[in-house]
Amino acid sequence: MDFTHSDDRRMLADMAARFVREKYTIEKRHEFAASDEGFSREIWAEFAELGLIGAMFSEDVGGFGGSGFDLAVVFEELGKGLVVEPMLANLVAGKLIEHAGGPEQKMLLEKVIGGETLITFAHSEPDSHYDLAHVATKAEKTDKGYRLTGHKSAVLNGDSADLLIVSARISGDAGDEDGIALFLVNPRADGVSIRGCPTVDGGRVGEIALNGVEISDKVMLGDGTDCFAHIEKATAAGIVAISAEALGAMQVSTEMTLEYLKTRKQFGVIIGRFQVLQHRYAEMLIEIEQVRSSLINAAGQLDGGRELREWNVSALKNLVGRVGHLVAEECIQMHGGIGMTWEYALPHFAKRLTMIDHQFGDEDYHIERVIALSAA
Amino acid sequence: MDLNYNEEELAFRKEVQDFLAEKLPKRIADKVKNLQRLTKEDMVEWHGLLNDRGWLASGWPKEHGGAAFDAVQKNIFEEEACRAGAPRVVPFGVGMLAPVLMAFGSDEQCAHYLPRILDGTDWWCQGYSEPGAGSDLASLKTSAKRDGDHYIVNGQKTWTTLGQHADWIFCLVRTSTEGKPQQGISFLLIDMATPGIEVRPIILLDGEHEVNEIFFDDVKVPIGNLVGEENQGWTYAKYLLTHERTGTAGIGFSTEGLEQLKRIAKLQKKSGKPLAQDPYFAARMAKIEIDLAALRTTNLRVLQDAMSGAASPVDASMMKVKGTVIRQAINDLARRALGPHALPFVSEALDAGYNEPPIGPDYANPVASDYFNNRKLSIFAGSNEIQKNIISKLSGL
Repeated sequence: MDFTHSDDRRMLADMAARFVREKYTIEKRHEFAASDEGFSREIWAEFAELGLIGAMFSEDVGGFGGSGFDLAVVFEELGKGLVVEPMLANLVAGKLIEHAGGPEQKMLLEKVIGGETLITFAHSEPDSHYDLAHVATKAEKTDKGYRLTGHKSAVLNGDSADLLIVSARISGDAGDEDGIALFLVNPRADGVSIRGCPTVDGGRVGEIALNGVEISDKVMLGDGTDCFAHIEKATAAGIVAISAEALGAMQVSTEMTLEYLKTRKQFGVIIGRFQVLQHRYAEMLIEIEQVRSSLINAAGQLDGGRELREWNVSALKNLVGRVGHLVAEECIQMHGGIGMTWEYALPHFAKRLTMIDHQFGDEDYHIERVIALSAA
Repeated sequence: MDLNYNEEELAFRKEVQDFLAEKLPKRIADKVKNLQRLTKEDMVEWHGLLNDRGWLASGWPKEHGGAAFDAVQKNIFEEEACRAGAPRVVPFGVGMLAPVLMAFGSDEQCAHYLPRILDGTDWWCQGYSEPGAGSDLASLKTSAKRDGDHYIVNGQKTWTTLGQHADWIFCLVRTSTEGKPQQGISFLLIDMATPGIEVRPIILLDGEHEVNEIFFDDVKVPIGNLVGEENQGWTYAKYLLTHERTGTAGIGFSTEGLEQLKRIAKLQKKSGKPLAQDPYFAARMAKIEIDLAALRTTNLRVLQDAMSGAASPVDASMMKVKGTVIRQAINDLARRALGPHALPFVSEALDAGYNEPPIGPDYANPVASDYFNNRKLSIFAGSNEIQKNIISKLSGL
C-alpha cells in the first residue's frame, strides 16, 4: 500500500498545473466560455500537444496512461482553473470506444488524442434523470442498417462534436439494461438536429433530436454486446474525473475564502478572528480531505471488478455532491456580498461545484446506488 | 499509488489473525463484543499476552521493546484486533506517557519506566484536566513548589480515566505564574501511593465508574520525577496530545460498530420488513459507510505521512473530529434501530456470568447506554471545537 504518485504521474500533474496557472486566467476562461463553441480551439490544440488528452487513454489505443489516477491528477488541476475545454466529453466518449470499439473504431482515438476530432456521448434523455438504463431512443433495423429516432438531452459539448456516440434501443423498454446499442453518428447526417446552448456554470451542451436518422451497420460500436456494462464503466471514469475536478475547485474556493477571512475587517478586526467562521472553515477542510480519500479509493478501483468499482465510484459521487454543496454555499456566505458578484472568481467556482452534482448522478441517486450495491 | 496490500502485509495480517485466534481469551472477547464490563484483571491479562508477543507497544521503536509497526501494520493490527473483539490497549502508559519520555525524558527515566509499562508493573493515568481547566487547559492551577529535593503538589485533577486502577499519574502542574499561562507548566510523574493523594469516583450518565477526581494535599514528589525541563511542560503536553489524537479516530471501532449496526438493522423489523430495507434508514447507514470508507483512507494517508515525518497537527485534529463524529453517528443509529427495545436496561447484564434471559433482543441491552457513554468522544482529548480552533489557527486564521 502506497499513497505516493509515481514520478511520471507527478510530472503530468505538474505540467497540467503549470498550464492552468500560467495560461488560464479567469478572464480568459470567461472569454472562452462566452465564445460560440464555449471553449478555445487553441487551448484544445495545446492540450493535445502537451499530451493531456493522451493521458486519458491507454497505450493500446495510442494514449499514455488512462488509469484512474491519471484522470484524477489532470482533472484536479483543470478544476482549479475552471477549464471549459471539452475534456470530460471526450474522455467519456473516448472510454466507450476504448472499451467497446472494434479495431478500426479504436483508430479514431488517435485523432481524438491529437485534438483533431471532438467526440461526445449522447446518452441522457428528457425522462432519464440519471438512470443509465433509461434509453427510449429507438434503433429500428432496416435493410442497410438502423434508423434512429429519439431525443438526447444536455449532451456535453454536443454542439461542437465531430462525432456523436448515440445510445439507442434495439430491443426491450426504457429502463432495461439489455437491448441498448451504441452507434457512431455524424452530427451533420440527415435527420440529426442539434440545438446548442450555454450552461449556467460556463459550459456548453446540445439538445439533440434524432428524426429517423439512417445509419449503416458499420457504425455500431463494437459488436453491440454488453453495451450497458460499457456505459457504466465509461461513466465511472467520468465520475472519477469530474470528482477530481470538484476537488480542485474546492481547494481554490477554500483558499480564496481563507484569504478573504484574513483580510476583510469588520468591527475593527479581521473576520477570521470570529470563531463561528473559523469552525465552518475547519469543517470544509475536513470534508475536502474526505473527498480526496474517496477519490483515491474510486480511482484505485476504476480498472478493477465491477462491484468494487461501482461501490467506490458511487460513494465518491455522493460525497462530492454533499461536500461540493457545502463548500459552494459556505464560501459564498463567508464572503458576503462580494461572493455574489460576477466580477469575482469565487462564485464561478461555487456554480461549477453545484452543477457537478447535476452530472452523472447527484448525491441522492448515488446513495441509492450505494445501498443497492451494498445489498447485492 | 497502490491501494492493495502487498504479500508481506497480507502475511502480517494472517500472523495477527492467527495470534488473536490463539491467544485472545474467548471470555474477554465475548465481553468486548457484547459491550460488557471489563475488569482491571481482564485488561492486564490482555496487555500481558500482547507483551509476550512483543506487540503491546505497537508504535515504540524496537530498542525500547516496541513492535515498531509501520503505518499499514498499525492499521491492520487495529482492524483485526477490533474484529476479533480484543480490548483496546489502555493508552495512558503505552501510547501517551511513553512517547513523551522517549522524546523529552532522561535515559534513566526511560530505562526505569518503559519496561514497567510493558510488563504491567505500573498502571498509568493522566492528570491534565482540572475543574477550572478543561478546554482552556493552560489555565490549570495545581501547583508544584520546590522544597529541597522535592516538589510539594497541591490541587485537583478531574476526569481521570481509570485512575481508580492507577499506580502512577503523569501530571501537568504549575511551577511558575510568571509570563503567559503556557510558560509556567511542568510535566511531573507522581506515585499514586504517595501520602496526600485521594481518588474519588465520578459516576457518568450511564451509571458507570470510568473517571475520577484526584486531590493532592501537600504531596511530596522527588525532583527526579520531573520530565524534561521545568516550565516546558506545555510543549510536551502538546506533543502528547498530537500522539493521542491520531489514535482517537477509532476506525476499528467504527468498522465493528457499523457491522453490528447492519446486523441489528437486518433483524429489526419495520412494517414487516427488515429495517435495513427501509429507504430512509438505509440512506442514513449508507452515508456513514461512505464517510467511514473515506476516513479509512484518510487515516492511512495520515499514518503514512507520520511515518515519513510529514504529518501535521492539522491531520491529527481532522482525524479526531471526523473519527469521533462517525463513531457517534453509528452509536446513534444503532440506538434508533432498536426502536422501543432501546428502553429496557439491566445494569447487571453488563457483567459476565449474568444468566437471566434477556429482555427484548439479546443484543439490545447495552446499546443505548453505549450511545450515552460515547458522547464523551467529541468532548475528551481536546473537544471537537478545540480541534477546529487548532485546524483554523494552523491554516492561518
